[in-house]
Amino acid sequence: MKTDLTVNGRTYGIDVEPRTTLLDALRDGCGLKGTHAGCEHGVCGACTVIVDGEAVRSCLMLAVQSDGLDITTIEGVAPERGELDVIQDSFCETHGMQCGYCTPGMVLAAKALLGVNREPTDEEIRDAISGNICRCTGYGQIVEAIRLAAKRLRESNALAMEAGE
Amino acid sequence: MKPAPFEYLRPASVDEACEALASDPDARVLAGGQTLVPMLAMRLSRPSILVDITRLADLQGITETAEGIEIAAATRQAVALKSDLIARQVPLLAAALPNVGHPPTRARGTVGGSIAHGDPSAEIALAATILNARIVYIEDGEEVEFEPEDFFIGPTVTMAPMGGLMTRVIFPKKPAGRVGAGFHEIASRRSDYAFASAGAQVVLDDDGACVQALLGIGSVGDVPVAVDVSDLAGTRLTDDDLKGAIEAALADLDCVDDLHATATYRARAAKRLAFQALATARENAA
Amino acid sequence: MNADTKPRFLSTDRRVREDKRFVAGSGRFVQDLDRPGMLHVALVAAQHPAAKIVKIDASEALAMEGVHYVIDGAELSAAVNPLMNGLDTPNVRRFPLAVGQNRYAGEWIAAVVADTRALAEDAAERVKVEVERLGFLTDAEKALDPESTPVHPEHGSNLLLDRTFDWGPVEDDFARSDETLKLRVTWGRNSTVPIETFGVICEWNPWDEVLDVWASIQMPKYADQIARALKLPGNAVRVHYDVDVGGSYGVKRGIKQTVLAGYLCRKLGRPVRLIEDRLENMRSGDAHGPERIFDIEVAFDRDGTVNAMKMRALDNAGAYAGRAPFQLGKPIGAIVGPYRINSVQYRAMSVTTNKAVQEAVRGFGQSPTNYAIETMMDRVAAHLGMDRLEFRQKNLIRSEEFPYLIPSGSTYDSGDYHAVIDKVLATADYAELQAERDRLRAEGLCAGIGIAACLEPSGGNSAFEPLLNEKNRTSTWMEGCRVNVDALGEVTVAIHTTSSGQGHETLAATVVGEVLQMDPDRIRVVRPDSLSSLPGNSPVGSRMAIMLGGAAANAARELIRQAVAIGAHLSRADPAACRYEDGTVVTPDGTVTWDEIVDVAHRRFHDLPPGTNPGLTANFIQQVPTGTALPKDGKVQMYPCYSFEFHLVLLAFDPVLAKPEIRRYVIGHDCGTVINPHIVKGMTLGGIAHGLGAALLEEFAYDGEGQLMTQSFLDYLMPSSHEMPEVEIVKHETPSPLTEFGQKGSGESGYLGAPAAISGAIHDAVSQWGIHLNKLPIRMSAISDAIAAAEENA
Repeated sequence: MKTDLTVNGRTYGIDVEPRTTLLDALRDGCGLKGTHAGCEHGVCGACTVIVDGEAVRSCLMLAVQSDGLDITTIEGVAPERGELDVIQDSFCETHGMQCGYCTPGMVLAAKALLGVNREPTDEEIRDAISGNICRCTGYGQIVEAIRLAAKRLRESNALAMEAGE
Repeated sequence: MKPAPFEYLRPASVDEACEALASDPDARVLAGGQTLVPMLAMRLSRPSILVDITRLADLQGITETAEGIEIAAATRQAVALKSDLIARQVPLLAAALPNVGHPPTRARGTVGGSIAHGDPSAEIALAATILNARIVYIEDGEEVEFEPEDFFIGPTVTMAPMGGLMTRVIFPKKPAGRVGAGFHEIASRRSDYAFASAGAQVVLDDDGACVQALLGIGSVGDVPVAVDVSDLAGTRLTDDDLKGAIEAALADLDCVDDLHATATYRARAAKRLAFQALATARENAA
Repeated sequence: MNADTKPRFLSTDRRVREDKRFVAGSGRFVQDLDRPGMLHVALVAAQHPAAKIVKIDASEALAMEGVHYVIDGAELSAAVNPLMNGLDTPNVRRFPLAVGQNRYAGEWIAAVVADTRALAEDAAERVKVEVERLGFLTDAEKALDPESTPVHPEHGSNLLLDRTFDWGPVEDDFARSDETLKLRVTWGRNSTVPIETFGVICEWNPWDEVLDVWASIQMPKYADQIARALKLPGNAVRVHYDVDVGGSYGVKRGIKQTVLAGYLCRKLGRPVRLIEDRLENMRSGDAHGPERIFDIEVAFDRDGTVNAMKMRALDNAGAYAGRAPFQLGKPIGAIVGPYRINSVQYRAMSVTTNKAVQEAVRGFGQSPTNYAIETMMDRVAAHLGMDRLEFRQKNLIRSEEFPYLIPSGSTYDSGDYHAVIDKVLATADYAELQAERDRLRAEGLCAGIGIAACLEPSGGNSAFEPLLNEKNRTSTWMEGCRVNVDALGEVTVAIHTTSSGQGHETLAATVVGEVLQMDPDRIRVVRPDSLSSLPGNSPVGSRMAIMLGGAAANAARELIRQAVAIGAHLSRADPAACRYEDGTVVTPDGTVTWDEIVDVAHRRFHDLPPGTNPGLTANFIQQVPTGTALPKDGKVQMYPCYSFEFHLVLLAFDPVLAKPEIRRYVIGHDCGTVINPHIVKGMTLGGIAHGLGAALLEEFAYDGEGQLMTQSFLDYLMPSSHEMPEVEIVKHETPSPLTEFGQKGSGESGYLGAPAAISGAIHDAVSQWGIHLNKLPIRMSAISDAIAAAEENA
């Protein structure tokens, strides 16, 4: 079936079987390999992407369901190639990862949280990433990263407000 | 872990969806997909065609009617969780919803899908059972209603009509008086399928005496069950009142045994959670 | 490192360089690679735990469009050598696909190759396998029965290993001791279960006659093993080390998968990709961990002195041998834990059963052993009515006793266990922690404090191999590093391994930068393929800080020696009178700049010291600091360095719901000099999470029919951010005298003591009932049921 996916602001026309998950379509159809397959049954969260502002598991959606939705993958987070956004940079600052496999999903789960909550408590941070399993870090430095990103976003917001924006 | 092949249809209307479902016994409804897609991936479910109802406007939304609060079947759990109407009018469901899955599964999972799947640990199904919500299907062009007690008949087995389509679930509005709800569950990881769960709703009069008490238990057996704690009416809902009612109501609870939790554990946990749920309901009503 | 100079880059809060590509989604995992014409594999799995394979009919599968090939064990075993066994058990033969019969449920019987993975799965369903069921067993103790059904009839029994070591006067020490105590504890079968499954792509180039391999790998001597199994020359296998590995913690060994894919790609003349899906990974990726029953008898005096221990460890290896039995060997290097125990008898037993195969798991058997030792310490203290902490402190090796020789032949390099514990107690305010526990108890909760002290043997030389297998003569486990300065004066470091999150690029750059006094961010780190690499042994056994760190430092030092020689020659000075400083060579008459030295090395042969080759480049192959001797009399120096950790945990739970919630977790950690604090912290926290899973949640559990019950993530439960508490790390540094900078290993930290500490805390919480929960994981319902039973009997 032909379907158009809108990913990171760009339209990808792809031809997939109905059984193709959004995860596989992003990776194989759009060539966006930053979205990772961990369990393919909706538990681990490695395949998390943002759909219409919310973090979702791309292994639990079909590609043919996903046309017209606003999809953000990890490739759409950095402002420029070689640059990092605040959340990504915060993960680097605290070393909120090890092997990097769950990391794109974690960053996107964090982005979805901070999109609606600029002052999350630790409890809210832990809840937002509770569907993303990380086997390396024990989550400590990930929570620190999201805490740091929230703080930086608040500060840059405050600066922007001061500047009258 | 790739699904077996199937066809995909996105109907333009409820009628078209019903037609597709009725014409092929192996057709299945695709709603949020949070339970169905893993089953497809493991090839435990092998539909011929998936009928995707997620974009049917008629199946979206939460509305207040004279009958109650109607939640259209494809309303996403995340939307229900944020609904002021549900928070105001169906406090028990509001208390249950944060326990459903994780934020990313609630973002896609639907209220109707959770009920249709009939998992005994589904929180929404338990709330529907306790409150005696009505589950509405369309079958052969006619609306058919089910009461939860009749609808859930076994683990992931329901009375859903073959070829039918769930359109909405109607939760009764909370009664007059001071109403409080409580919902507690236990699993080895929060957000997992619970080993036991309990929901309760109490109504107090102005003096703080109990007018009505409802209690239900999920996850321990084949289906969510509403149990009779009507003896609490007229009491002050003291801890002893609650314990006495729970002992009586849960004396013969059927519990299953599995790797993660024994039946004896589930039976004990159900009582403890029932107490917590009723106690929380009592505090919230105060 | 000069002891007088403060490190510039070591131990500082520098970022981990690998992180940038991962947060951008630019990691290069094996699944991300595409090769032209690549085909995909799906596996046909055995339904029964043991069955004779009567007939495999692939005709229907082969008739499907897009299906290229179906292979079974008969074809494969005729073409390849059996996979390597660690022990001398030649009749326990193992091939990537079952041959003649299968030996566990899920074992791969056939493989289907198709244009896509989905098609391969469609076809795999249509491969018809006719079998005759055979008897099976899953229980290790039953496997000990000589009458038990042998998993490998040719081997004659289910016993793979039964070796008893007596180190010191065990019987005398038992005879002279005031008391003895027996206990049994069981470590349930779990594993580290990385979020990335194992994957491999193999491609045969028939003109160059080279097999290219991209794999999600953490395996010593991987290329050698592939070549041997595929009957290829060693230099015909090229493993690409520039593949990011999505977690391993020991298990990503992948030999059977690679041999299968390697054979298929040659056979079909197309690149072949085998990426396990989660079900294949869980039930048949051969990546389960130890499953071990410990029977312990301990002899001690009434004053609390532990004199001797007898430990029998019975391990359930699963259906094939592999390296699994060696996981009984590593703990020999720390068999007394951090304690002074005069003599030890250790009986190591490994048996085959009809379960999936074990692979190396973080700590290589050390965490189960530490759990057994620490449970023993708790029981003896309770028996004597002594405080668990004081009892430990009394028996701990004291700082002035290092280097300390333990009965089994290893010498512990350094440590100050009492100091670490004192720091932890001060940080946690132990008295207040106890008061908090008592307050929680007063609220009607079960509350308990758990403590665990244990060691992380690190930098290993694999000495358990010759110890448990006399035919094995291994006495080195080296690691190489190359440092090269290009003609523009920039430094490139080559490391020769894949990484699975340990930050080896950061490690190498930091160490070389430290030695060369150069900003590590300027230093490039690369990973050549295996044919372009120096010898190495991959990041196992908590060795890379020690071994790669050592190799990198020594290669950089050799580079300095070359630079100084050039600078001295240019200045006509005695090299001994010159020194390297900040990229220049300081001579008695002035300085020679880096650019000048590079120019000479790369362009001006006439200015080089006589007899010097051009270029500025150094290779160094690091030997294990203590790895020199083969075992003698059942004793060997197993590991050079011993990190120490001390766990203190407070948890509480409702006596009915019994869900342990960790209220406080403090760990004292001493791994010597820390090279990168972020990395060490992450290892420790991640290790604790693994330990939490092992203690409470994770198990590969089989039912009475020999079927794995926990083959998806719905049943194999790994800690999420909800279960994992905030952990406070208390740092202490006792440098190792044996390593370049005093560093020790940290890759297994946290995991080695967490299960013991959490189990101990639960036992403290239920101590009023005298309940013992002797098997991990300790499930909530087991706690609750035990309390209920005790209450009923009360």
